[in-house]
Amino acid sequence: MEKIRLIEVKEEIQADNKAKAEALRNRLTADKTFLLNLMSSPGAGKTTLILRTIEALRNDLRIGVIEADIDSMVDAEKIARTGITAVQLRTGGFCHLDASMVERGLEGLDLASLDLVIIENVGNLVCPAEFDTGAIKNAMILSVPEGDDKPLKYPLMFTVCDVLLINKTDYLGLSDFDVAVLRKRVLRLNSRITIFEVSAKTGQGIGEWAQWLKKEVDEFRFS
Amino acid sequence: MHELPVTESILKIVLQHAPADSVSKIVRIFLEVGELSDLEDEWIQRYFDYLSKGTIAEKAELVIQRIPITFQCDACANTFEIKREALQDLQCPECGNMECKLVSGKGYYIKSMEVV
Repeated sequence: MEKIRLIEVKEEIQADNKAKAEALRNRLTADKTFLLNLMSSPGAGKTTLILRTIEALRNDLRIGVIEADIDSMVDAEKIARTGITAVQLRTGGFCHLDASMVERGLEGLDLASLDLVIIENVGNLVCPAEFDTGAIKNAMILSVPEGDDKPLKYPLMFTVCDVLLINKTDYLGLSDFDVAVLRKRVLRLNSRITIFEVSAKTGQGIGEWAQWLKKEVDEFRFS
Repeated sequence: MHELPVTESILKIVLQHAPADSVSKIVRIFLEVGELSDLEDEWIQRYFDYLSKGTIAEKAELVIQRIPITFQCDACANTFEIKREALQDLQCPECGNMECKLVSGKGYYIKSMEVV
């Protein structure tokens, strides 16, 4: 019988994606284009929040959108109706975006003429948390109907995000969602995260969020 | 759910590390997976069995070891391990501070492999 030998590999499985994400960030820095990766469960309000954000910032920033969808164009069409350029990425069953998919999406946009590109990632709280997209900041939405226990079930997502938007606050009175409990749970996982309470439907809280985002984009572009 | 692309990368990397002139078969692959990562061991193996057909890695066994979650305290710099179930009560066991930074417990690595 042949002798079994041990070979040291010592490689990070995602090294390829990480290198691509890093290269993408360098390119975005050179182009002064801020890339925001927006993640959430399906139905948490990503598209509506993007529409509100466009509405709030379109006079101050030149915005583009990359829409990831498993197999439809519905969201990209909604964005395109605002006159903002939206690139649709069909992920064909893929549960997340990685840096090379985002790179492909960016090919459809003229980066040098954009200040902010928002990626609407695939609706999912698990997989997108694991893949660096090359974004400058990661944002997530948790909507009130989903419940305040999500940080317990999907801790990784809450640890990789720079900002959390608690959306659908107009449902608060109808649910047992406890904002204070949620905040405590999230801050234990990630004490650096910035939290906003918004309703993309009524527009409540959108001003504060848009102001924060504008400041982040400006700091990135002019630093 | 993202086991498939992860498994594709595993296969690619192990084949790169197994030169055809000196390795006839990969028998076992030792992986390290962060406790915070939601990867299912069983599915990684199933995808691997499927993807590796016809390669020298066919029928290789994947041995998965979990990397514990560790945080570092912002106040006293103490590094400590914490179980996934205990994350909601996270605080520094030394000084009681609740502002801590994740140090390890995510990501996936290929440590080594047994070959003939």
